[in-house]
Amino acid sequence: MQFGLFTVSDITQDPTTGKTPSENERIKATVAIAKHAEEVGLDVFALGEHHNPPFWSSSPTTTLAAIAAQTSTLHLSTATTLITTNDPVKIAEDFAMLQHLADGRVDLTLGRGNTGPVYPWFGKDIRQGIELALENYALLRRLWREDFVDWSGQFRTPLQGFQSTPRPLDDVPPFVWHGSIRSPEIAEQAAFYGDGFFANHIFWPASHTQKMVAFYRQRFEHHGHGRADQAIVGLGGQIFIGKTSQEAKAAFRPYFDNAPVYGHGPSLEEFTSQTPLTVGSPQEIIDKTLGFRDYVGDYQRQLFLMDHAGLPLKTVLEQLDLLGSEVLPTLRREFDARRAPGVPEAPTHASLLAAKNAAAAAAPDAVAAAPGSAFGLGAAKGA
Amino acid sequence: MTVRKLAVISAGLSQPSSTRMLADHLAAATESRLREQGFEVEVTTVELRDVAGDIMNNMLTGFPSPKLESVIEAVTGADGLIAVTPIFTTSYSGLFKSFFDVIDNQSLTDMPVVIGATAGTPRHSLALDYAVRPMFTYLHAVVAPTGVFAATGDWGESADSVKTLPNRIQRAAGELAALVKDSDRSSQVRDPFGFDSVMSGVGGFQPS
Repeated sequence: MQFGLFTVSDITQDPTTGKTPSENERIKATVAIAKHAEEVGLDVFALGEHHNPPFWSSSPTTTLAAIAAQTSTLHLSTATTLITTNDPVKIAEDFAMLQHLADGRVDLTLGRGNTGPVYPWFGKDIRQGIELALENYALLRRLWREDFVDWSGQFRTPLQGFQSTPRPLDDVPPFVWHGSIRSPEIAEQAAFYGDGFFANHIFWPASHTQKMVAFYRQRFEHHGHGRADQAIVGLGGQIFIGKTSQEAKAAFRPYFDNAPVYGHGPSLEEFTSQTPLTVGSPQEIIDKTLGFRDYVGDYQRQLFLMDHAGLPLKTVLEQLDLLGSEVLPTLRREFDARRAPGVPEAPTHASLLAAKNAAAAAAPDAVAAAPGSAFGLGAAKGA
Repeated sequence: MTVRKLAVISAGLSQPSSTRMLADHLAAATESRLREQGFEVEVTTVELRDVAGDIMNNMLTGFPSPKLESVIEAVTGADGLIAVTPIFTTSYSGLFKSFFDVIDNQSLTDMPVVIGATAGTPRHSLALDYAVRPMFTYLHAVVAPTGVFAATGDWGESADSVKTLPNRIQRAAGELAALVKDSDRSSQVRDPFGFDSVMSGVGGFQPS
């Protein structure tokens, strides 16, 4: 099972000091947080995409490439990549590029965004959000899997014999998760392709996530990708760790009370009882996180939001230390002990490459075309 | 015996409240009309004041507390709705509007509704028709032609003695009962995973 961080890249005033970091400070802090995530034993760092302040992460693959250059085992992902307003051609190219630079430590989570005006800024209509996600992803898959693509659709200029470049590393496209808070269409899309489903989880009650994941698992099996309990599920989570429960609550409360998403609304106690947010001792974090499995089943990826709402870099790094030393070893051990037989790990470049090579060995003729040597193949296809 | 579920919303703030009183009168009159026609009636009455904080928290967080969720389910799963608000500053109260702002805007489609309002003077009576009725029209509810407005004087000696408040309540209740009689909303199964035409049904997504 993979554990990691996801971040929305907000630049928020620290309510305890009144200090707001500069863009440069927050951007550099994010790289420092990602590096430290690897140091404390986490597996994944996922970065959001936004095109409006107070967020800074408009170009996630640039940031992830910088992180890739300074890490060696950390898997780089997104939370999320906007499949609605980005050109799928550019997504195909950016992430193939990142795969090469990061030696395959790359996957991505597709989403539709949470800021309405992003659609008109990029010439799209929010009322067609689902249609955009479906059509754009269908094209993205082909760009990664076919060397030359002839394509026409509703939302983008047609392509004739187009080859996106570079080709995916080892001809293995990055694994794709589909992220959603409330749209069952996205769970269906993930299930249809046998891709991963990432439930944001953190801003909504558990009962809602439970229904969405159950639906995705059922549809994954229906579409013939394996048993429902073998579907690839990721969850968000949100934690703040203290030596004691009281210490954690006292330290986090001012950040919670003023947080952009839920501040000035329900109390910390109400929100923690109704959502996955956990503010407490290491044991409380462990108990609540292990409890997620009770309502979504064995799952493959757990990402935590830990650096938002104005928390200063120093605090976030200390939180990562506590996570790595006091929480993570037990979570790994306990999740491993409870996992049912036959439940797969989250796909990685290495596992996907091994699967591809095994398939090639089993049926040598079917995959004879070598990656990249596509002029002959493409010309034959086009003829 | 066939059951019909009535939901009653009162946005009154005081105890006792004339808004709640009007809501109760409308509910009792509708219930007796339906019973006369052989229906069993289950009435759920909601004082929005009891979930006022939950409504505002839902506005801020995007999801309802368990307490508010059960209220929303009772209202949206009813066969008919009686909705009564005090008139504040020439319109429905903010609490009343906020409740309808946080529920799913598809969830009252085809809902039979009787609207009622209370205020200090009869001069606010048109608020029912320029504010409350259009809101339910937007939500695709079926609003009974008669809305019942009760000014403070309607409860005492300055009441309209020709078209009395009880007359108006009876007329509205009759209209609502006729709509509720044919409503099967409470027995409908709602599939939260049903797709519209963009997906080819639950049978599968077809990429282009």
